[in-house]
Amino acid sequence: MAATARRSTLLTGWGRTAPTAATVRRPRTPEEAAALLRASAQEPAGRRRGAIARGLGRSYGDAAQCAGGTVLDCADLAPGFRLDADRAVVTASAGTSLAELMAELLPRGRFPPVVPGTRHVTVGGAIGADIHGKNHHADSSFGAHVHSLRIVTPDGAHREVSPARDPALFWATVGGMGLTGIVTEATFSAAPVETSAMRVDTDRVPDLDSAMALMSAHDTDYPYSVCWIDLLAGGAALGRGVVTRARHARVGELPSDRRHAPLAYAPRTVAAAPPCTPPRLLNALSVRAFNAAYYARAPRRGRGAIRPLSSFFHPLDAVRDWNRLYGPRGLVQYQLAVPFGAEDELRRIVAGLAAAGAPSFLTVLKRFGPGTPAPLSFPVPGWTLALDVPADLPGLARLLLRTDERVLAAGGRIYLAKDSRARPAAVHAMYPRLGEWRAVRERVDPQGVLTSDLARRLEL
Amino acid sequence: MRDAVGAVGTVLLLGGRSEIGLAAAERLVRDGARRVVLAARGAGGSAAIGDAAERLRAAGAEHVHPLDFDAARPESHTAVVATAAELVGDLDAVIDAFGVLGDQEAFEDDPAYAAEAAAATYTGHVSVGLAVARRLREQGHGTLVVLSSVAGVRVRRANFVYGSAKAGLDGFAQGLGDALHGTGARVLIVRPGYVPTRMSAHVPAAPFPATAEQVAGAVAEGLRTGAETVWVPRRLRLVFAAMRALPRPLWRRLPR
Repeated sequence: MAATARRSTLLTGWGRTAPTAATVRRPRTPEEAAALLRASAQEPAGRRRGAIARGLGRSYGDAAQCAGGTVLDCADLAPGFRLDADRAVVTASAGTSLAELMAELLPRGRFPPVVPGTRHVTVGGAIGADIHGKNHHADSSFGAHVHSLRIVTPDGAHREVSPARDPALFWATVGGMGLTGIVTEATFSAAPVETSAMRVDTDRVPDLDSAMALMSAHDTDYPYSVCWIDLLAGGAALGRGVVTRARHARVGELPSDRRHAPLAYAPRTVAAAPPCTPPRLLNALSVRAFNAAYYARAPRRGRGAIRPLSSFFHPLDAVRDWNRLYGPRGLVQYQLAVPFGAEDELRRIVAGLAAAGAPSFLTVLKRFGPGTPAPLSFPVPGWTLALDVPADLPGLARLLLRTDERVLAAGGRIYLAKDSRARPAAVHAMYPRLGEWRAVRERVDPQGVLTSDLARRLEL
Repeated sequence: MRDAVGAVGTVLLLGGRSEIGLAAAERLVRDGARRVVLAARGAGGSAAIGDAAERLRAAGAEHVHPLDFDAARPESHTAVVATAAELVGDLDAVIDAFGVLGDQEAFEDDPAYAAEAAAATYTGHVSVGLAVARRLREQGHGTLVVLSSVAGVRVRRANFVYGSAKAGLDGFAQGLGDALHGTGARVLIVRPGYVPTRMSAHVPAAPFPATAEQVAGAVAEGLRTGAETVWVPRRLRLVFAAMRALPRPLWRRLPR
C-alpha cells in the first residue's frame, strides 16, 4: 500500500505521559483501513499486538496508543463532507476535525450538535469518546445526534449501523473508545444558527453551593452552561467560581457593524507554548495567582455580552500546544461524574482535592443532562467535575485513587477519554454495563484485534 | 502498562530471592501491580520463594507465579522471558536483581569460584537482559530495572571481582538503554551504595548506607519520573563524582 510507509513512532495522549511505540499507518480509504485490520488479524495469536484508530490525539491518556501494534492515523481517511440543508444533517468522514467542520458549517448557518473544549478533535474521536460539551444538560452527548455510522470491523467487513440498524453495535461504538471498529464516516444533525457569536451571561459565585444552586435553577434557560472553579480556594470560599451561560446570538443582537456578516468565523491562534518549559511552571503559587486573578476579573453579574464563538467554546485553542505548559512530565486530567442526589459526596470530593492543594487552573463544573443508551458513554444525569494537574505532583497517585473511591461510592464514574492512571477494578465497577459492551466486542472482534494501551491497562 | 503516575500492572523479578529485588517488587505491588513472576533457581519447590510470594500477596498481588530461572544457563533465558509473558501478559517492569556479592578473599583463593560468581553478577544479565529487551521492544513499552551498584562505578581493591562484574553490568545497562531509546522500552539503572542484607552481612558497613526499602522507593520514583539512573541514597552521585577524581595511589589505599 503506497499510503502507508512503515515506521515505529513514540506516541502519547494530550497529557504527554507514558509514551509507547507503535507502527503508524495512514489509511486513505476504508478499504485500506480494512486491509490493515485484516493484516493485524493474520499475525500469529502469540505475537499479535493489535490496532487502534487515532485522530488528533486529544484524549489525555493512552486511548489512542497501541504499544507494539498498529495505530491507524485517520486524519486522511476519505476526506469528505456533505450538508443536507433540508434535513439539517451532515455526513462527514471520520478524520474531519470539528475545526474544519465549523469552518464549513458556520458560513452556511449551521453548527455541530456538540463541541467539546477544543475544536481539534475528529468526528471519529467525538464518537469513540462520546464527547460532551457545554450544552450537555440540554442536548446530551455527541452520540445522541448521530443518525448513522459507517465502520470497518476487524473481520474487514464494512458496516453501516444506526440506532435502528444493529443498535447494539451502534451504541457499543458510541463511547467505545475505538475498540469495536474503525469509524470511517458519520451522519449527524447540525443545528441552525443565525450568527457566529454567543450571547453570554456571567455570574461570579462565592462557593460551590451557590454554583450548583444557580446552575440547577436556571440551566434550562440556556443551551450552554458551565462553571469554572477556583480549586485552590478553601474554607468558606471552597468551590468559588464563575458561571457562564450562553446561547447563540441572533443577528439583531450583534453590533451594527457586524450585522452585514453575521456568520463570519475566523478563529485565531494568538500564541504558542514554547517547545520546552521548565518543570513546575504550573505550581500551587502560580496557579493560585492565576485563579485569584481570573476570579477577580470576572464580572459579578454580567448580562448579554456578545462574544466570538471561539472565545466562549475554545479559549485554550488560542494557545497552541498549551499542554506543554505542564513541563516535560506532562499533565493528568481527571474528570468525574456523579448522579443527582450525590451533591454532598461531590462537595466532599471537591474539598478533598482542594485540601490536597491540587494546582488546577482548569477546573470545570457542569450539569449533565440525559445520557445515551451507550454502555460505555461517560455522562450520566448529574454533575461532572474536570480538573488537570501536573503529572509529577507529589502524592497525585494516591489522591486520585482516593477520589476514585469516593466517586465510586457516590455511584459515579470517571471519563475514559481523560484517564491515564485508574485501576481496572474501579473502572469495571464504575461501568456496570461493561459486560454487555464486551459481548458486542466479542461478536465483531472475536480475535481481539482492536486494542489500545487504555484497553490493556484497564482490562476492558 | 506503566500509567501516567508510574504505576505498573505486571512485574517480573529476576532473582526472586534478592532482598532488594523483593522489596522493589513489593513496593510496585503496593503502587498497583497485580501480577508478579518470581524467577529464581529452583523456584518451583523453594520455601524461600513461597514465602516471598506470600509476602507479595499480602501486599495486594492477585497472582504470583514462581518460575525456574538459572542465571548460569544463558541458552534458557529467552524461554524464561517468553514464559513470564505467557503467565502475566505484557512485562511492564522487569527487575533484574540477581547477583553474588561473595567474599573477595575466597575469590582470590579460588579463581574458578570467582569466575562463576562474576558470571552470575555480569554475563547472566547480558543474556537475560537482551532477551528482556527484545520482548520489551516487541511490546513497544516496558522498563528493565537493573540493580547496579556503586561498587562498579569505580572498582575498589577490597572487592574487585564483584566490583568489576558490576562495572560490566552497569556499562551493559547503559548501552542497552541507549539501544532501546525511542522504542518505548527503556532501562532504569539503580546504583545503591551499601545495603545491609543477608547477602552483605559478612562485609563491614560502609558510609551512606541505604535500606532495601529505600532502594525500592528509588525504583518506584524512577518509574514515575522516567529517570535513566538513580543513586541510593541520592548524595552518592556527588560522592562518587569526587571518588572518581581521586588519584590512583590514594584510591588504592582506601581502607575498603
